[in-house]
Amino acid sequence: MSLHGDTVLGIVLALLPAAAALHHLADRDAPRRYRNAAFWGAFALTAGAGPFLPNLVNGALVLLMVALATIGLRPGAARSTTEAERTAASDRFGYRLFLPALSAPLLTFAGAVLLPKLTWHGRPLTDPHNATLYGLTIGLLAATAFALMLTRPPRDAIVLESRRLSDDFGWAMVLPQLLAALGGIFAVAGVGKVLAAYTADVVPFSSPLIVTSLFAIGMAGLTVLIGNAFTAFPIMMGGIGIPVLVRHLGADPAIVASLGMLSGFCGTLVSPMAATFNLVPTTLLDLRSQYAVIRVQAPTALLLLLVNILVLLVCAFPGAPR
Amino acid sequence: MIVIGFGLGLNPMLVVTLAAFASAMAAGYGPLAVVSMIGHGFVENRLLSLPLLALAMVGLLERAGLREQARKLIGRMRGATSARILLFYLVFREISAALGLRGVGGHVQMVRPIVAPMTEAAQPGADEQTRRLLRAHAAAVDNIGSFFGEDVFVAVGSVLLIRAVLAQHGIDVAPLHVAFWALPTAIAALLIHGARLLLLGRRLRRGKAS
Repeated sequence: MSLHGDTVLGIVLALLPAAAALHHLADRDAPRRYRNAAFWGAFALTAGAGPFLPNLVNGALVLLMVALATIGLRPGAARSTTEAERTAASDRFGYRLFLPALSAPLLTFAGAVLLPKLTWHGRPLTDPHNATLYGLTIGLLAATAFALMLTRPPRDAIVLESRRLSDDFGWAMVLPQLLAALGGIFAVAGVGKVLAAYTADVVPFSSPLIVTSLFAIGMAGLTVLIGNAFTAFPIMMGGIGIPVLVRHLGADPAIVASLGMLSGFCGTLVSPMAATFNLVPTTLLDLRSQYAVIRVQAPTALLLLLVNILVLLVCAFPGAPR
Repeated sequence: MIVIGFGLGLNPMLVVTLAAFASAMAAGYGPLAVVSMIGHGFVENRLLSLPLLALAMVGLLERAGLREQARKLIGRMRGATSARILLFYLVFREISAALGLRGVGGHVQMVRPIVAPMTEAAQPGADEQTRRLLRAHAAAVDNIGSFFGEDVFVAVGSVLLIRAVLAQHGIDVAPLHVAFWALPTAIAALLIHGARLLLLGRRLRRGKAS
């Protein structure tokens, strides 16, 4: 059995939930320690050992996580530093504290550019099509090492802090991956095709205003349902964008495609299915309502959708100013 | 079904799993086959979670006072208001995304440890409801800035996807042409959301933000 590149990255990824699981397990006075240890342990297993386990076992681990998240993880408090200690520490370290966080993107970028160039006996050390992921992993590990060298915490602090932030995330940490996994199973794409076929029959007789609005609003609406503009895009382009707007009405394909994608992003801003952007920050920032971020974004999303329709109408059609 | 589940306030993980079960069973798959499909998809997509490795670093910095330091920075800046900090971060995030630097930012690395504490610290004495609103705004500017900035960059995933989809239909377009037509919306996003932030600032000054 050879170690595929993705396998190595998965094992590195597993370190974080594994640390959280072990810390919970050792937290003897916490009331729900086994429940939390099981949740993070299951996540670590799928990330690190998933490729070696039968699909059925991985699926059972996922269902275990869903069940534990549903009854509620409610972890005990992690004993990090007190506010007084943190204020004192911030006096000591000052603005240097910003450096590791700010260096992470630079290290990531450097890793993505340099890693594919490294070779061992004439063979590339890393899988070139995954250069970005390797860069990200190495950049984040280097930035973590930087933070350790700068702050010199007690030896177990990295495990404790991994657990504390995992707890703050809670089940939201797993949700984007779960949504991606289920994406193929949903029949939403089928709905989109039906909708697109129907409009393709009706709209050729309509004005650019109506077709353009249908296209942009359809992109946004389908993205709200799926949570991902990239999935909605080929459906709407194949259904309305290309046959009606481009072929029938003679619109510029690059403008139609670009504004269509951006209309999809307007949908992402108000979709609870776009968990990474809209639900994860609500747990991370302790916002109470799952819709707190969506509510703030909705007016901007709506106005930008109108802007997109306007730009399409003014610029995409023949005779329009280019 | 998903809409109903979210409407009832059920755990989103439960809602999407049940929905997947329902649609796969309706398509004629047995329960064990669905469990296997979920397990397979979950493992296939596990590298999506790689950015989470930043959590250990952010946790270490937070315990050494990163958030406290971000608040102090605001205390030393004159004229720093919550609205101006959000506006500054929106512009910074959108321009860096337009230059292809999407990694500069994000909810884990920037919003929680730096932007949110700074925004809150610039509005001392705010009640808990207002503070939550400010934190939600901090998350929103990160999303809006990165979404509408990134498409201006030529080598980003969405521009590549656009070209691939058009190529399937026998249409060839220059990446630069696609990226150029992301500019009007990018500028509109800055103007519209920027204006909303200024209005938020005015409401905060009058003490009735939420």
